[in-house]
Amino acid sequence: MTDTALPEVATDRRIDASRMKVTDEVAVQISRMNKWYGAFHVLRDIDMTVYRGERIVICGPSGSGKSTLIRCINALEEHQAGQIIVDGTELNEDLKNVDKVRSEVGMVFQHFNLFPHLTILENCTLAPIWVRRTPRREAEEIAMHFLEKVKIPEQANKYPGQLSGGQQQRVAIARSLCMRPRIMLFDEPTSALDPEMIKEVLDTMISLAEDGMTMLVVTHEMGFARQVANRVIFMDQGQIVEQNEPEEFFLHPRSDRTKLFLSQILGH
Amino acid sequence: MSDTHARTTAFVRDTMLPEAPAPIAQRGAVKWLRENLFSGWMNTALTLASLYVIWWLLAHITPWFGNAVWNANSLAECRAILDGRSGACLGVIRDRWHQLLFGFYPPQHYWRPVLALVLLFGALAPMLFSNLPRRLLWLSALYPFVAYHLLWGGSIWIPVVAAAGFGVGALAWRLITPYTALGAILAALVTPILWWVLAAGAVAGALTSVAPLGLEFVRSDRFGGFLISLVIGISGISLSLPLGVLLALGRKSDMLLLRSVCIIFIEFIRGVPLITLLFTASLLLNYFLPPGTSFDLILRVIIMVTIFAAAYIAEVVRGGLAALPRGQYEAADSLGLDYWRSMRLIILPQALKISIPGIVNTFIGLFKDTTLVVFIGLLDPIGLSNAIRADTSWNGIYWELFIFIGALFFVFCFGISRYSMYLERKLSRGHR
Ligand SMILES: Nc1ncnc2c1ncn2[C@@H]1O[C@H](COP(=O)(O)OP(=O)(O)OP(=O)(O)O)[C@@H](O)[C@H]1O
Ligand SMILES: [Mg+2]
Repeated sequence: MTDTALPEVATDRRIDASRMKVTDEVAVQISRMNKWYGAFHVLRDIDMTVYRGERIVICGPSGSGKSTLIRCINALEEHQAGQIIVDGTELNEDLKNVDKVRSEVGMVFQHFNLFPHLTILENCTLAPIWVRRTPRREAEEIAMHFLEKVKIPEQANKYPGQLSGGQQQRVAIARSLCMRPRIMLFDEPTSALDPEMIKEVLDTMISLAEDGMTMLVVTHEMGFARQVANRVIFMDQGQIVEQNEPEEFFLHPRSDRTKLFLSQILGH
Repeated sequence: MSDTHARTTAFVRDTMLPEAPAPIAQRGAVKWLRENLFSGWMNTALTLASLYVIWWLLAHITPWFGNAVWNANSLAECRAILDGRSGACLGVIRDRWHQLLFGFYPPQHYWRPVLALVLLFGALAPMLFSNLPRRLLWLSALYPFVAYHLLWGGSIWIPVVAAAGFGVGALAWRLITPYTALGAILAALVTPILWWVLAAGAVAGALTSVAPLGLEFVRSDRFGGFLISLVIGISGISLSLPLGVLLALGRKSDMLLLRSVCIIFIEFIRGVPLITLLFTASLLLNYFLPPGTSFDLILRVIIMVTIFAAAYIAEVVRGGLAALPRGQYEAADSLGLDYWRSMRLIILPQALKISIPGIVNTFIGLFKDTTLVVFIGLLDPIGLSNAIRADTSWNGIYWELFIFIGALFFVFCFGISRYSMYLERKLSRGHR
């Protein structure tokens, strides 16, 4: 692997790692979790502990179950065996727990999934108003705060269809942040974007990491994995095959499947 | 590569060309005529044929309307005035318009249905035009009770006590919500029913004996004409939309029993002609209802028309729900919105928008289908046209009546259709 250049994240900003602190408080605890789609065993014996402040990148070949895994964490998919505990709340049949976890875990999708019939501001205030019961005025202030953070306050009264892909994805991040989540899940947030827009979204995610957010990110942006993540998880065929610190993961991958994957994705 | 390069010469424009008009044959009326009417012998032939048909129709219809006779009190009188020429005998409209519009509603009370119709537009305004203050929706909610009292009359306490049922439900909900959410919903559903079944009659009776206020009572069999079409059509439209939406949601639900009930209901109703449902309304319900209950025929027809239209609306709305990307449901879930909130705030606004053409289509169909009630003996405009012909002075008059009735329906249906186009245009902003 020595002949492969190490990946760099596409950003102009200096990454300030000093504020990215991992604590020893557990944010997500997954133990012996299994999931089937009908007869298809999509996730097998997943064991994983996420500590508060961690930035975890999950990578792996297409169909390996990465999306399914992070979608289980906010119960968009239900698991059939094992345990998932998010912020001390176990995900089980109790719908109250599901609602509680969902309101504390933010999720960003590959295709943004903004609500096209609502303005940017309404997209951001909807959940705080209806789930958190925040007064409208206050919800709007919070929304403007986060829209400024993702650098698009001037678009607040437009509709999603009038924004570029990168802007839409940043709105989607702001929309999640308005719920003041303690954990953020990203499912390939940059895969549907052009290079210039990838950069704006990655910048936003880096600044989020610098604020100490706990993040689980499914992505093929290996530069982000190496320079922002504190841990990289490699999945294949529904299992966690390898996990390590980024430097080690890229310099000394241990399993053959990881080596193959890295050589393919980093290219020669 | 190299020789293309050799042929390119560097070029920079230093003066801008002035704007020039298109050649005469390529613009204005001449171009339009050439392109649209006379582009080739086939099109030219079709154009000439169409012009001939239009001329022929006008040549026959114009004199018929042009010679129209208004001042006649019978068909025979009309014929005498026309003296062999062809012409419309609109005297029948002048003589009987009040019947075509109101049936046998007492003439001294005509102002009541008219006022109800005027108020209807007032009540609809806050729903149809979103830029009016939301508070006005409370007035819209009161409208059904006001309209009922205006149309049927009787003691004013009956609609007041009926409306109070909703107040009772809201009160129960308010009181119980702090303790249990599910209990509050149940109480909000059950207390109004208890109120209507057990208390409402007695309370209304007592209030009436204390303060006998209200308009003169008009029996349902006095209703007729366009009035009956509007009463059935508007009630059916406003009740079938929410019912249809609920059925569509039920059909997509995870709960097996609920889903099956909805599917059976929808498929059964869609598989049966409306006319059989109307006969059921007029005949069979008597067997099922406890003996001695007199259940107003108009009310029964409204119920049947409503469930008939609701089944169609359910399918239209289901199409809209299916057209939404899964990501919308997931985004709503991931933000922690519960089922009803995500439906109300995210899913239904978009699904209903997609379904507008289908919904409006169903509404217009429903409105015109109200003329079927003639078969169970209600005097809608068609029924009245038969009644008018039964009178010796108008025996044998068809066209004039049917054209008048058709025009009335057309005005309403065309209005609905135009409004739906306005709504679609307005909602299309901001969508991809
Ligand atoms: N709803 C579903 N029903 C049945 N099978 C599914 C469903 N969703 C995903 N799968 C299957 O589960 C496997 C894992 O899917 P998943 O979307 O988690 O993969 P992924 O790692 O995210 O892949 P990608 O990189 O392409 O997004 C795939 O083989 C997929 O075909
Ligand atoms: Mg995926």
